[in-house]
Amino acid sequence: MDPRLLAELNAERRARRAAILVTDLDDGHARLVREGDTIVGPIAEAVGKAFRTGNSGTVEAEGRRSFLNVHLPRPRLVVIGAVHISQALAPMAGVAGYPLEIIDPRTAFASPERFPEVDLKAEWPEDVLRVRPLDGYTALAAVTHDPKIDDYALKAALDAGCFYVGALGSRKTHAKRVERLQALGASAEQVGRIAAPIGLDIGAASPAEIAVAILAQVIQAFRSRGLETKAGAA
Amino acid sequence: MTGMSQLDEQRDPLTIAENWQGEGRKVAIATVVETWGSAPRPAGSHLVIDREGNFQGSVSGGCVEGAVVGEAADVIDSGEPRMLEFGVADETAWRVGLSCGGRIRVYVERLG
Repeated sequence: MDPRLLAELNAERRARRAAILVTDLDDGHARLVREGDTIVGPIAEAVGKAFRTGNSGTVEAEGRRSFLNVHLPRPRLVVIGAVHISQALAPMAGVAGYPLEIIDPRTAFASPERFPEVDLKAEWPEDVLRVRPLDGYTALAAVTHDPKIDDYALKAALDAGCFYVGALGSRKTHAKRVERLQALGASAEQVGRIAAPIGLDIGAASPAEIAVAILAQVIQAFRSRGLETKAGAA
Repeated sequence: MTGMSQLDEQRDPLTIAENWQGEGRKVAIATVVETWGSAPRPAGSHLVIDREGNFQGSVSGGCVEGAVVGEAADVIDSGEPRMLEFGVADETAWRVGLSCGGRIRVYVERLG
């Protein structure tokens, strides 16, 4: 392998950008495919699938064998609001492989006692997200109900292209939220991406059940990345 | 480790390979490219090896690493990549052994 190619690949991985190293197993030649690159030819479909699933594997096409080694950034889940739902969500998300961070400026909520061993920031989202920016491999769930805390983070998540953006609240609450976000400059297409009411519809009632519904929706969003854009283009 | 990067650079084989190369060491990268049955490490897993036989990462649960390290020395010397196969059906595999009963194919190439 060309050392420059390895350096490029590692740079992508450090920057939390998805990339696939495609190695021709017959002649040893390798190239780097970044997410969003236009791929033509027999392995195009396999490349798209690999970005979605994160599964590496060997592909045979037109008599040649290629190995697709997929490097996806680890997904992370940022929760705005150190509330009862978040207390249930924190351990669940960790187990499912979506490490979670909680941001809530209200110190009475965001206390280490309520959230032992959780990555917790008792600060305003504006301040935390400036130093720890959101990206396409981050999910954001806003669950405070408080526009002063939620709105900035929701807008930031839409602008960063977070793979999931969810917001707690009834349809009525959400309609008002949509107006506020549009006043902040969010497009109709952007606000259309917000999952609200939050969570898959499993009839969740308790905070813990709502946490399950949110986590399931985050997983669904992660595993179907790219599918909606494809459907839109067709 | 903060939530930002999440690349564990101390243990990440590809980062180690880049660093070793930068130090002037001769390096081979082994990659699991196919698995059948209950293979211990998924496709895409890496073992990086230097000419002195130091290695980091894994391509199995420790069953075949020794054999891969031996092959890597030849690959480093010749520059020719090699495809290795380990599994219960293979005579060599009985000796180096994948105790889980799976079968794996490992591609070994020189860096640079």
